Amino acid sequence: MSRLRESLIELIRRTSAEIPDDVQTAILRGLEQEKEGTIAKSALEIIERNIGLAKSKSQPICQDTGSILFYVDCRVGMNQVEFAQEAREAVKEATKLGYLRQNSVDSVTGKNDGTNLGPGSPNLHFHQHTSDEISVRLVLKGGGCENVGAQFSLPNTTLDANRDLDGCRKVILEAVHQAQGRGCGPGVLGVCIGGDRASGYEFSKREFLRDLDDRNPDPKLDELEQDILKTANELGIGPMGFGGKTTLLGVKIGAANRVPASYFVSVSYMCWAFRRHGMTLANDGEITGWLY
Amino acid sequence: MTHNLSSPISEETIRELKVGDQILISGVVFTGRDAVHKYLHDGGELPDDVNLDGGILYHCGPVVLRDENGEWKVTAAGPTTSIREEPYQGDIMRRFGIRGVIGKGGMADKTLAACKEHGAVYLHAIGGAAQVLAECITKVRDVHMLEEFGSPEAIWEFEVKDFPAVVTMDSHGESLHKDILAKSEDALAQRR
Repeated sequence: MSRLRESLIELIRRTSAEIPDDVQTAILRGLEQEKEGTIAKSALEIIERNIGLAKSKSQPICQDTGSILFYVDCRVGMNQVEFAQEAREAVKEATKLGYLRQNSVDSVTGKNDGTNLGPGSPNLHFHQHTSDEISVRLVLKGGGCENVGAQFSLPNTTLDANRDLDGCRKVILEAVHQAQGRGCGPGVLGVCIGGDRASGYEFSKREFLRDLDDRNPDPKLDELEQDILKTANELGIGPMGFGGKTTLLGVKIGAANRVPASYFVSVSYMCWAFRRHGMTLANDGEITGWLY
Repeated sequence: MTHNLSSPISEETIRELKVGDQILISGVVFTGRDAVHKYLHDGGELPDDVNLDGGILYHCGPVVLRDENGEWKVTAAGPTTSIREEPYQGDIMRRFGIRGVIGKGGMADKTLAACKEHGAVYLHAIGGAAQVLAECITKVRDVHMLEEFGSPEAIWEFEVKDFPAVVTMDSHGESLHKDILAKSEDALAQRR
């Protein structure tokens, strides 16, 4: 087996079984603020126990090991065709090892061949840069939280949301309210203001690559992120929708240019089982460092 | 309040449970999710050796591996989102005598009405807690319809011990989900 494939299997294992530190810290903060004896507290206690168990047993945090999203930053000249083939083989092997569930279904026939390979699976995004470094990030996004994502076209008369940041605020909070506990909260929002229907969702998911504790370099978006986080946590939806103070763990908002006729706000919801890791690689495929 | 619940369950026992009760479930549970619900709704029959009378149905698509001796081993088994089964659940509960449905995210009015009329509860497990919940599965007794539906969608027959869940819909017409939806709607209206 190639060194690259081994490294990719390790990335999959780690992503499926080990919650990143920034997410765990945020969950612990939530646990501390929920009231003793409530079902919200007991839900977060089970979640905390689950995080520890998954790591120690090297088994999936959640059985829905989700859509497999690779983000690859590579030097000019790296063979992307070969890389993609190695990634597919790594996914197949990781599925055999139980790091991934047999999770990919043919949408026409309904068949699940158990390999996790097929059109769109895994999903690979390549980005070339001038540096020699190769970095690979992986997000495993479960279906429950994917299903509560929402895309709005502004203006939205029902929500009295106009084409400005206040309008964005209204529709993003509406998405949180609509999701209730169904996205396995406490969750994290990845939002894109602008773009088209496809790129909007695509950009919204890239927000999940940001560290949970970072601050948005754009002061207006930063303010919006903080406002939505605070307001959402005042709605009383709580962990799993059981009621409580911890509805969201973070909000990340980016913007993409739009055509004058369109104004989309795309909201992706990430469950508490926020599985995201990344690694840097040497040219031979050996892991040289971890990114989260 | 924490209750212990073992299958098979009587209607009387179910009627004692109230929204907010924390439950530890023991005994046999059967998994069933999207494919099973659609199949049963379309008139499909359960395999002869699957008896859901007084039983518990778990909305779950586990990760199950087979070891070198051919034994099944559950390595991850949290709940899946239940609302997708809303069109079917009430009828299936009545038809097969199901007393408890385990899932996540809650269900809506049709299921709530069936819980009240037939005597059943919705038991909310912790979504994503696949390891804690897999630890509560002490044995895989059998698997049904594996060929037809594939592993995540098959009917797995598990023995569980002290599986934690919360009653969020009871047999008296109460739903925590409706309650939280209304309260959070009010809270949002004040902050728009």
